[in-house]
Amino acid sequence: MVRNVLSVARLFGASGRDLAPVVLAVAFFQIVVIGQPFPDLGHLLFGLASVVIGLTLFVRGLKIGLFPLGEALAHGLAHKRNLAALLGFAFCLGFGTTVAEPALIAVADEAARVAAAANVIAATDAAIADYALDLRLTVALSVGVALVIGVFRLLRGWPVHVLIIAGYVLVLVLTLFAPAEIIGIAYDSGGVTTSTITVPLVAALGVGLASTIRGRNPMVDGFGLIAFASLMPVIFVLVFGMVRG
Amino acid sequence: MAELFATLAGLAAETGLNVLPVLVILFIFQAFVVRRRPPRLGRVLVGFGQVLVGLTLFLIGLEQALFPLGRTMAQQLTDPALLPTFGAARRSPFDYVWVYAFGAALGFATTVAEPALIAVALKAEDISGGTIGAWSLRLAVAIGVAVGVALGTFRIVTGTPLPYYIVVGYLVVILQTWRANRWIIPLAYDSGGVTTSTVTVPVVAALGLGLAATIPGRSPLIDGFGLIAFASLFPIISVLGYAMLADRFSRRRAKTTPAEDPP
Repeated sequence: MVRNVLSVARLFGASGRDLAPVVLAVAFFQIVVIGQPFPDLGHLLFGLASVVIGLTLFVRGLKIGLFPLGEALAHGLAHKRNLAALLGFAFCLGFGTTVAEPALIAVADEAARVAAAANVIAATDAAIADYALDLRLTVALSVGVALVIGVFRLLRGWPVHVLIIAGYVLVLVLTLFAPAEIIGIAYDSGGVTTSTITVPLVAALGVGLASTIRGRNPMVDGFGLIAFASLMPVIFVLVFGMVRG
Repeated sequence: MAELFATLAGLAAETGLNVLPVLVILFIFQAFVVRRRPPRLGRVLVGFGQVLVGLTLFLIGLEQALFPLGRTMAQQLTDPALLPTFGAARRSPFDYVWVYAFGAALGFATTVAEPALIAVALKAEDISGGTIGAWSLRLAVAIGVAVGVALGTFRIVTGTPLPYYIVVGYLVVILQTWRANRWIIPLAYDSGGVTTSTVTVPVVAALGLGLAATIPGRSPLIDGFGLIAFASLFPIISVLGYAMLADRFSRRRAKTTPAEDPP
């Protein structure tokens, strides 16, 4: 019981620590530069409290529920040497974790609202929700594909650098043809996917695989997967913009 | 009150749909490929419940706190009362210096305290045999993010095209990758990813969109995004640059005092 309370308290501390720098930076500028009270402070404090409690529960739930299951699966599959099942699992893992990523939900919602305000899509709730969901599915699909490529690369031992630089060249070429309004969202989506859920599970898969193959370094190969997971979304969202626009 | 509960229930249902795919995938693979009963099923279900409630609360906080924080800061820092009064007829990008300062402060503060980065930095000190210090590496990443976000807000204020900055940035990264020590490369690329945490992303995104909405002549759709891309690109450059400098210094030191370093 005492141990449970302590572990919950530590988790609250961790969520609070994530939030503290943001609050400090804002408070400093509010007091020193702007010199007027923050509007709607009550709502803000309520919101900050639900962020801390929500993030704490979310991370704790992942730790006791989903991570052990995902890690056991990654290890089990890596040892089974069934290529189709492994690639299928890699795709589903990338897709499933990215769809539920809170940072991606946030950015997709903002992107849809901005697109509606600029008359790129219809300004109805249904159209906005549709656009946000399509965007999220596109990013999730791209992370799934990224993990399939990453696992395949890991098994074959292809060099990471060549694939990454080729990917960036592709990004540059697509940028020339993509509509201007998708470029910012596309570039941002690369940074958004590497957050709370995706990184630990993907790292578990990479490390599990690398440790079953001789001559692979878990640090370098786990990294390879994450690097792909932040490159692929840029490419896919650029194409999404060309297709939808 | 009833309305609040209806909103909460709606949000919870939406969140459930968001998290469902992960659960379905894990169970399908467990049942058909690994063919074993998942260990400690009860704990898994309790964890899933916590994920659901947690994500719902987080999404409420997102609307009530994180988005408003970024948006309000963007509005207040671009308020005409705060901008310098001389030359008010035509605004120059230099009038918005508080915006850049806030961007830099936000980027620096959120990065330097990031737990994932602290772990990575300690590991790097270990691998490099002390050539790279954990503290200086954290500073290098935090300065990279600070410069990135500040430059990103400058881009929004001036309305210059995002691809120019990103293309030049990636060319620099490719050149640096060429010249850098092999072992620092994964670390540098990783440092781009660890800086964008779940709390930081919405605040930074709302800051960019808020700036593009309040500064005359900017469109949120074209100019508002891109800050997160800056925040994940610049630490790669600053870490690779720092590693190069550290390498050069330690080699020069080895040259001037050869007695300490037998061949």
